[in-house]
Amino acid sequence: MKRILLVVAVAALYILHQDIWFWRSSYLVFGFFPIGLFYHACFAVAAALLMWLLVTFAWPSHLEREVEQAEREEGRTS
Amino acid sequence: MIPAIVVFLYLAAVLYIGIFAFRRARGKEEAEDYFLASRSLGPFVFLFSLFGTNMTAFAILGSSGHAFSNGIVTFGLMASSSGLVIPLTIFLIGTRVWALGKKYGFMTPVQMFRDRWECTHIGTVIFAVQAAMLVPYIIIGIMGGGTTLYTISGGLVPFWFGGAIVAMVVMSYVFFGGMRGTAWVNTFQTILFLCFGAIALIVIGVGMGGFRSAAQAMQASPLSSLLTRERISPYYFFSYTFIPLSAIAFPHILIFCLTARKISQFRKTVIFYPICIMAIWLPCVFLGVMANRVTDIPQIRERQEARRVLATQGRTMEPEQRDELREKSAGDDVIMLLLHRYAPLWLAGLLGAGIMAAVMASDSQILALSTMFTEDVFAFYGGKSRFGEAVQVQTGRIFIILITLFAYVVALQAPETIFELAIQYAFSGFASLSPLLIGALFWRGSTKWGALAVTVWTAAAVVAVAIFQAVVPAPAPGPPTIFWSLGGTEVLARTPGGTSIFKFMPVVPMVLVSALLMIFVSLATKKPAQSTIAKYFGGHK
Repeated sequence: MKRILLVVAVAALYILHQDIWFWRSSYLVFGFFPIGLFYHACFAVAAALLMWLLVTFAWPSHLEREVEQAEREEGRTS
Repeated sequence: MIPAIVVFLYLAAVLYIGIFAFRRARGKEEAEDYFLASRSLGPFVFLFSLFGTNMTAFAILGSSGHAFSNGIVTFGLMASSSGLVIPLTIFLIGTRVWALGKKYGFMTPVQMFRDRWECTHIGTVIFAVQAAMLVPYIIIGIMGGGTTLYTISGGLVPFWFGGAIVAMVVMSYVFFGGMRGTAWVNTFQTILFLCFGAIALIVIGVGMGGFRSAAQAMQASPLSSLLTRERISPYYFFSYTFIPLSAIAFPHILIFCLTARKISQFRKTVIFYPICIMAIWLPCVFLGVMANRVTDIPQIRERQEARRVLATQGRTMEPEQRDELREKSAGDDVIMLLLHRYAPLWLAGLLGAGIMAAVMASDSQILALSTMFTEDVFAFYGGKSRFGEAVQVQTGRIFIILITLFAYVVALQAPETIFELAIQYAFSGFASLSPLLIGALFWRGSTKWGALAVTVWTAAAVVAVAIFQAVVPAPAPGPPTIFWSLGGTEVLARTPGGTSIFKFMPVVPMVLVSALLMIFVSLATKKPAQSTIAKYFGGHK
């Protein structure tokens, strides 16, 4: 379930990248920041948060174990 | 001249770091130490050097130049999509490649492909295609170096000489320091250009009298389209999300993934990658757009005038005249012109050094090419067993000299802007090779013939696009030249910036066809032995 939610989150963020709703708007956030640029700056922050979720809840720890096991076996044979 | 002196001091510092790394590695003439720093990079160096490796001249000069001409769309096109896709691919693919490298001693992607698919010469074909597409990336670095030194010195250092200096410095520290030197230099450079954006933004903002008035004046002027994404089609915008797939397929990035001491070092890299991208790209894009409001820099006004003439009279001009105007309107140097105008001399020098840091990211590509040549060709075809590991390392060093010289000569001839050259050839091609990694790591059913089909298709598609763009001249800004349509649907067209296929950039069909070829050709051909498949998938079914 956790994995499915993370996959959905990745797909949702990918779709949110195509923000056609601000395409022609030149509105300035805080009086100087174009809305299209502001949106994508927020998108980058959201991407970092998503990466934190992936690293926290879907970290490939089996890879670490496999490498450690291989190193132990190599140590025994050498 | 003061900024140029500061930049030269910076270049000397970089050279020293490379030589210091050489001293530290003295006596270790082992390939794994020279090419992979003995797989020993710590978390801090790994994060900054991996990120720095992926940021080239294109990040600062290309992004601000593109934003100068096309507006804020540049950030969404390349930066925010990269902020999602690149760390995701490092998380999914980079960690797996690292583990396989640790377990089986791989030093290049081709070594892994050869083992995974039980192939020999197909691996050599993959090497050749990767190498051919990596060279333009190196050329970009040298071109960026030439442009930067020329502008910072106010024209005193000519382009050819600036490019030569950058090529010499990069070649020297890669030659002596190998991966350790390259990683240390990259870390130093990344810290520099992360600071660069914020300082440049403040200094130029103060110089321009604040961004609020400039942005509001732009909003009320005919230039307001630069504050929107009107100049780029949604198809083009969507297409660009395929480009960051290239990052993990670039051999230098994948080879860098092999240098981490522990897998836990990927954690910080994955999380902070989008923030690092934003820290560099946001100021550069914003300043590139705002440069259009500057009226007291003659060079910027000349570029705007060339752009205006191209837009209004381009349709009636000869293709050569249009190309000339396009070159004149390119804004790859706007950020340096702004610094020259608004920053005090000493600060302009320091910020120029920050730009040089990004420009010189071609070091990793040069080292990667050398690693690939010595491992995938020299060692694979018996050189290592015949002459020994020390000769292998020396061969790698000679290769570094030859490839740098070659890239320098080409850089002097290339007429394209930094941005276009990078996108059209290297990025699309490597994105199209990404199904190789996905097939090798996640699909038991993938075969060497599927891999060969992907590689041949990628090479053919890149060559076809290059020929098409050479034969059909780019139209003036506005509607594209439709080359082929079917039942009223636009199939193939020449756009002012390149080529479109069904209105998408070529990278979209290139990646999709690659993926389909990997699937269908693999389904129709013989799989590797069960023991090989178990070696890769036995641990997590």
